[in-house]
Amino acid sequence: MEAVSLADWFKEVANWAFMVIAFPTLFAAWRTVSSNNIVRAVLYLVISLAGTAAMFLMLGAAFVAWTVVLVYIGAVIILFLIGIMITRAPLGVDSDLSHGRDVMLPAALLSIVLFAVTAWAVWDAFGMIMIQPFEPTSTADLANVLFDRFVIPFEVVSFVLLAALIGGITLARRDNTGAKR
Amino acid sequence: MTVVQFVLVGMAFFSIGLYGVLSRKNAVLILASVELMLAGVNINMVTFDTYLQDQLHAGQIFSLFIIALAAAEVGIGIAIILLIFRNLQTADVDSLDLMKD
Amino acid sequence: MHRLLTIASQITLAAGEEGESAAEEAHDAFVPGITSGPLVEWAWLIVVVPIIATFIIMFWGKKMPFKGWEIAWGSIGFVAIYGTVLFVLNATQGIVYEGAVEIAQIGDLTLEWGWVVDGLSIMMYFLVGVVGFLVFTYAKSYMKGDVRFTWFFASFSLFAGGMLVLVSAPNLIQLIVGWELVGVSSYLLIGHYWEDLANVDAANTAFMVNKVADAGLFLGAIIMAVSVGSFRFDDIIDVVVHGEAGMLSQYAFWAGLLIFIGAMGKSAQFPLHVWLPDAMAGPTPVSALMHAATMVTAGVYLLARLFPFYLDPTGMFAGDVRDIIIVIGGLTLFLMGFLAIVQKDIKKVLAYSTVSQLGYMVAAMGAGAYTAGLFHLFTHAFFKALLFLGAGSIIHAVHSNNMLDMGGLRKKMPVTFWTFIVGTLALIGIFPFAGFFSKDEILASMKYAGENGQDMANFILILGIAGAFITAFYMTRLLALTFFGKYEGHAEPHESPKMMTVPLVALAFFAVAAGWINWPGVYTGFTTWVATRIPLTGMGDHHPEGLDWSLVVIVTPVVLAGVVAGWFVYGRKKKPQAERDSFRIPVLWPFFENLYYIPDFYMNAIVRPIMGPISRVVLWFDMYVIDGFVNLVGLGSLGLAKVVRVFDQNVVDGFYNELGAGVGGSGSGLRLMFTGRVQQYAAFSFIGVVVIAVLFIIL
Repeated sequence: MEAVSLADWFKEVANWAFMVIAFPTLFAAWRTVSSNNIVRAVLYLVISLAGTAAMFLMLGAAFVAWTVVLVYIGAVIILFLIGIMITRAPLGVDSDLSHGRDVMLPAALLSIVLFAVTAWAVWDAFGMIMIQPFEPTSTADLANVLFDRFVIPFEVVSFVLLAALIGGITLARRDNTGAKR
Repeated sequence: MTVVQFVLVGMAFFSIGLYGVLSRKNAVLILASVELMLAGVNINMVTFDTYLQDQLHAGQIFSLFIIALAAAEVGIGIAIILLIFRNLQTADVDSLDLMKD
Repeated sequence: MHRLLTIASQITLAAGEEGESAAEEAHDAFVPGITSGPLVEWAWLIVVVPIIATFIIMFWGKKMPFKGWEIAWGSIGFVAIYGTVLFVLNATQGIVYEGAVEIAQIGDLTLEWGWVVDGLSIMMYFLVGVVGFLVFTYAKSYMKGDVRFTWFFASFSLFAGGMLVLVSAPNLIQLIVGWELVGVSSYLLIGHYWEDLANVDAANTAFMVNKVADAGLFLGAIIMAVSVGSFRFDDIIDVVVHGEAGMLSQYAFWAGLLIFIGAMGKSAQFPLHVWLPDAMAGPTPVSALMHAATMVTAGVYLLARLFPFYLDPTGMFAGDVRDIIIVIGGLTLFLMGFLAIVQKDIKKVLAYSTVSQLGYMVAAMGAGAYTAGLFHLFTHAFFKALLFLGAGSIIHAVHSNNMLDMGGLRKKMPVTFWTFIVGTLALIGIFPFAGFFSKDEILASMKYAGENGQDMANFILILGIAGAFITAFYMTRLLALTFFGKYEGHAEPHESPKMMTVPLVALAFFAVAAGWINWPGVYTGFTTWVATRIPLTGMGDHHPEGLDWSLVVIVTPVVLAGVVAGWFVYGRKKKPQAERDSFRIPVLWPFFENLYYIPDFYMNAIVRPIMGPISRVVLWFDMYVIDGFVNLVGLGSLGLAKVVRVFDQNVVDGFYNELGAGVGGSGSGLRLMFTGRVQQYAAFSFIGVVVIAVLFIIL
């Protein structure tokens, strides 16, 4: 396992690209949880998820990246926006989206501690070990593994999706029989 | 590129998401924060998949599973929020304390 | 890049013996001066800047001094300048360049995002940039005081950006992305005043009709890509040029037809034209841009991009589709002109006029006249933008769209009046205004195509000449009713502010001068500019040595007759507005006023029959299948529950009651911690996680 010095790290162009992606992404993630405008928070979620997709591309996981784009940015965001509209959330600035300071500070503290602990653990374990040069994963390879080795989890996931579909329908449809009972 | 830089971003996503889950009042935004946490996990998965040069690509496969499950989760989550909204006329989680007692 | 050049030379060779000498001549003349360098390599900025501007306006626009307008204006100004530089360099040296970034590899298919910089796309950059710039300038004062001012400019930038994505596309995928971006942003813009339900309906109509057409485009693109093995225009044209039809030969007709249906939707061809007149519901600057440089030109652009495929020199491809194209174009230009005569809304007159002019362009493409179609697109963009902005200026002054509320504005709004006159003369095709040259070239091309074996072209030529008469007639009516006679409106009309009149004057300049760049026999630069990538001489495109005098002596008197007839009917009497507009021909006029009953037909023959049964099927499915399934599951669990209950009550409860008593005691102490709030539970569990993590690290 090859380690790299900090100076060499800064010399690598890819790392600069990484920083260009990572910092706005994290900023967007932060705004997702802190914005007082509900639509804007969800739009920031789009940006941060797009940032993760870009990072997957950097890691050579193109298929995962495009799946993120299609599923999250395409479909899930629409669900969120529909959720916002259906619940008639106040569009525009609304300070009532978050708890007060008494909840925020402990929550922030807990998150920071969690981050510090895990970050320290990861740093301790890996330090400046490099990711070896790699070939981007081809979709064909991924498909071969998915439908060969991981075919049972795949089926399970499909069943879960079916269950979610039926569950979603049963939950969301108006219960007209209730009145008669 | 080092392992740590990606994992740190993943951890940061997870922590930010956790903060959102704990501090948000609006149920839709709590779901959004959960998505952030899952995104952090995905970054971890893919990073280690690439780092380990895994022939099975287990990390990527499982991040795909996570994405699928997250989509299902959002669908159900929104349906539940819709139901709550229909019954209580609010999407504010503070009003949901039926689990008390 | 060399590949493009070889394609170019092969096309000329494939043109056959007849056109050989002309083709070789063109090939000799065709030496693009610029095939690399920073200017073209950075041309992707043209596409990216307006889209970035959209997001900047969306997020920060409201806080800016001009509420986001300056960003939109700056970005479109950048496009205008870059487009002009490219246009001038293309005119002087010739540019052919294609940049691409690979964004994904799926199986054998490579997805690319690219930017094409060649004669055709440069013309579009120039048009979108310059017309867009003037319209954006104008829109600032037109939209002043609008509640959604910032949002308007965000969508407007996206509209321009989407069009630029479309015209810069080197492959069908990117073209479709741009195509949809334009569709979505037009939906937003048409429905801008969504407080009024009619406007929402108009936006929906536009979206739906375009979607119907888009289905054709998608299917056509898929057939094309599967049989050629690539989405790239280069590869498609390569196949056409080499005559290696392969799989494509069986499907070429259908691919060509389906793609043309897509083009029909965006370019509002009969019978998919219904959305464009309704699209008037949007603010006037939107109409101006939509009808001139953006959106409606997309269909014509697509036909031009795939022109060799349709022209089909080897007879293996979509040559037969051209007969359909020319008929559709001819019908559109003829039928839609009539509808403009009976409209009361000034913008609707101009809208039907646009549909009719688009018919000319499409018919020209169908006649195999690449240059003529594009040239009319080019000149039309300027004078139609001018006419729309002029109409906007009038509406701004009199606060009404209805022409019966106008009249006598000639003295009160001199700048608007004179620029409007220029636009009208250009539209009806009076020498030396722009429309004269472009319409003459289209008609000349029809004649040429008719002489060279395309029988339909002769018939469409007659329709085209009749269309010129109709155009002159309704434009005269419009002028007579708005600018002449006595003013009858309620508001106090006044000349519009400088911000609005300056773009009018600038567009008036273009409406005159744009025609001179393709003056047969004097200067025909335009022909070579748009053909820098594929020299088309000898491919059926007609390049007359001089003006076709036999046509001019027919068309110009016809146009003048239209003006005189229009003036005779609508302008002569100094009577009240409503009385002046009382001219009716018994059977025809009701027919026109009901828009040939096409909207009624759509409603009764398509929308209702489909909507009724579908909603009934969905209801039935919901009531019986889903409910039945849910009930079945419920019954099953009920049975299971009965079995379980017996076990539960006797065995389990006994155990848990005992346990419960013990836990209850300790639970009441812990109860203070549990408030019933899920988030607190989550917090506690994560505190546990942190503690465990720390323990793991330490141990």
